Amino acid sequence: MRRAFQAATIVAALALAVSACGGGGGGEAAPAQSAPADPSKITGQITWWDTTRPDSEGPTFQALIKEFQAKYPGIKVNYVNVPFDQAQNQFQTAAQAGTGAPDVIRAEVAWTPQFASLGYLQPLDGTRALDGTESDFLPGPLSSTKYNGKTWAVPQVTDSLALIYNKRLLKEAGHEEPPKTMAELKQVALDVKDKTGVPGLSLNVDSYFLLPFIYGEGGDLLDVRSKKIVIDSPANVKAMATVSDLVTSGAAAKPAITDSYVNAMTAIKEGKTAMIFNGPWALSELYQGAEFKDKDNLGIAPVPAGSVKAGAPTGGHNLAIYAGSKNLDASYEFVRFMTSKEAMAKMSAELGLLPPRASVFEDPAVKANKDVTVFKPIMDTAVPRPWIPEGGQLFQPLLEGYQALVGGKETPEQMVKNVDQRYRGIFKDWS
Amino acid sequence: MSISTGRVSSTARGRAAGDAHARGHRRGEPGRVRRAIRAHWYAWAMVAPVVVVMCALVGWPLARGIFLSLTDATEANIGRTIGVNVIPASYEFVGLENYAGILTSGVFWAKLTWTAVWTVACVALHYGLGLGLAMLLNRRLRFRSVYRVLLILPWAIPAFVAAFIWRYLYNSDYGVFNAMLGAVGLGPVGWLDDPTTARIAVIAVNVWLGVPFMMVALLGGLQGISRELYEAAEVDGAGPGQRFRHITLPGLRAVSSTVILLGTIWTFNMFPVIFLVTGGGPGSETEILVTYAFREAFTGVRNYSGSAAWGLIILGLLVLLALGYRRALRRQGEVW
Repeated sequence: MRRAFQAATIVAALALAVSACGGGGGGEAAPAQSAPADPSKITGQITWWDTTRPDSEGPTFQALIKEFQAKYPGIKVNYVNVPFDQAQNQFQTAAQAGTGAPDVIRAEVAWTPQFASLGYLQPLDGTRALDGTESDFLPGPLSSTKYNGKTWAVPQVTDSLALIYNKRLLKEAGHEEPPKTMAELKQVALDVKDKTGVPGLSLNVDSYFLLPFIYGEGGDLLDVRSKKIVIDSPANVKAMATVSDLVTSGAAAKPAITDSYVNAMTAIKEGKTAMIFNGPWALSELYQGAEFKDKDNLGIAPVPAGSVKAGAPTGGHNLAIYAGSKNLDASYEFVRFMTSKEAMAKMSAELGLLPPRASVFEDPAVKANKDVTVFKPIMDTAVPRPWIPEGGQLFQPLLEGYQALVGGKETPEQMVKNVDQRYRGIFKDWS
Repeated sequence: MSISTGRVSSTARGRAAGDAHARGHRRGEPGRVRRAIRAHWYAWAMVAPVVVVMCALVGWPLARGIFLSLTDATEANIGRTIGVNVIPASYEFVGLENYAGILTSGVFWAKLTWTAVWTVACVALHYGLGLGLAMLLNRRLRFRSVYRVLLILPWAIPAFVAAFIWRYLYNSDYGVFNAMLGAVGLGPVGWLDDPTTARIAVIAVNVWLGVPFMMVALLGGLQGISRELYEAAEVDGAGPGQRFRHITLPGLRAVSSTVILLGTIWTFNMFPVIFLVTGGGPGSETEILVTYAFREAFTGVRNYSGSAAWGLIILGLLVLLALGYRRALRRQGEVW
């Protein structure tokens, strides 16, 4: 009798939470889905592969799991932290073999359509994983969960690139404001170099970090709708010329090609460079640096605009459910809980990660986290990438091109031509 | 000595086999088989588990690899059952198309050339340095055992740990080498950022890793050469160069031929050094055949057929190499 009463209160609480979300997201009614009569009665074990950094981000998610288990006493969640750079391959191996795959995986946005196209994911339309507040989710991250007209995941975190700078160094060079265009970026970087003696900008030679230059000139890699490869365009040549000019003019330090990311991060943390491009995931690491003991010294601004616009790629992570899961009902509930407004608010307030729900930005605890509020306007410049199964294959040719470009081995024209050739090998029937 | 005993026993065995053969013919085929089983059943029984395991671990994957390399199988069209999703296999037999595609691509020949350069350079340096160090350690000198331990140390360090240490040493901004160059007033070198220096860098790492093995093997060989030979040569007035050429090198031949073949195969397929030190970069300039095949197989939607074809081509190259090497040795009079 008592247990039934408890269950009833939990259901009531859940219903309240759901309707609250609905209210925030534009007044959709709580969904009436074909779920078990009482979700809190679901029993079983599920495994979750998390790809966050175990030391700085993991504890918050483990705390959320404790909350989930308190709410669903019958479900036990096995938390497994898989390094981000291995998770995709490991999941593919396990999913294909049919053993060892987790029930729920934190899939990067670009992995989601790939896993879905291979049949590894469970479609979520009409399940309790979606709480019916789709309009609350930001359109960019939400678009990454759709493939072939179905929903395969729920956005958990979103991110984009920003210009991260050392306020002290910019001030010493006579600039109070961060650069707003690529031309200003070059000027500010050169001024920093002249006045302070440290390089103004450190580039991370990685395809993802090349995208702001491409989007800034109005360029792109693919036109998915008309099945066209559009990398070899005048806009992209211009973008590559900008990058190449930053290096040859001395505005950017000669970038390392191996360990590029680590070197750029070390440089800015130690005051050996004034500006880098990076995303919100890097903030907790940046604040450990000597230069940012005083958190106020770290400036965050939208990426500088090219001649067309300011644009940075949409990144982030989704929660997806393995189609071979033995415990789909528990998995649905877990995904629903982890992507709820409350769970996201806790995650964003504690870790400074960007929530993919519009309403969570209004949460007072989240508002108090300055990193989140600073990044909010930057998400407006985020450009969704092509969400296609081959998305993951686009980066290697672009990376090799970027390395050849900054190494002075290829001109901008040659570089886009060569990447174009490689893409034609991947998309054989595209024009 | 050992060579001559080998010859004797093999001829003895040959004669025995010949006798059995002759007798088998007299009694007819079934009798011979039955007789062989009756005489050697325990040997078959003892070998059986190993044969079964070998078939399961080597034979089956190899057969499946050959089959896949003749199809257009990828992760997307191979049959699989995931929960309620039952996806039937839809790949097709395409004959030798995968092989033709690889062998006619410029990438394959470029990678093969670099792999050959890499293998020859590494093995030559392994052997040369290993032999030099082995000869140093083969004399009586103080602290010999200390030197031996120190020189074997790189071997004791797992390859991936060594790769990460070297990668740090080579770092263009914060590496030890560039700090040393800076200390003597020279500009930094982007060790892993330029194709030529990156190639030299990975060869250096692999040489560092591989020399201890050569040294230990050759030291064993050196200790097997009788002192008397050297003393006799000295009495006859042979100089150090002559003694090295006419006693040391021939005396080491049996060990050398084995370790060079092993070293070649290991270096040809030395995945971790390339993959962990440069990741194949800059561009794909330092990528050898195996790392390239790995990348073909494991980026994005996995290409099972293409990577199987790559793997079999690599296997074929090594088999050819081993056969050619064996022939060359046999011509020199080795029974191998």
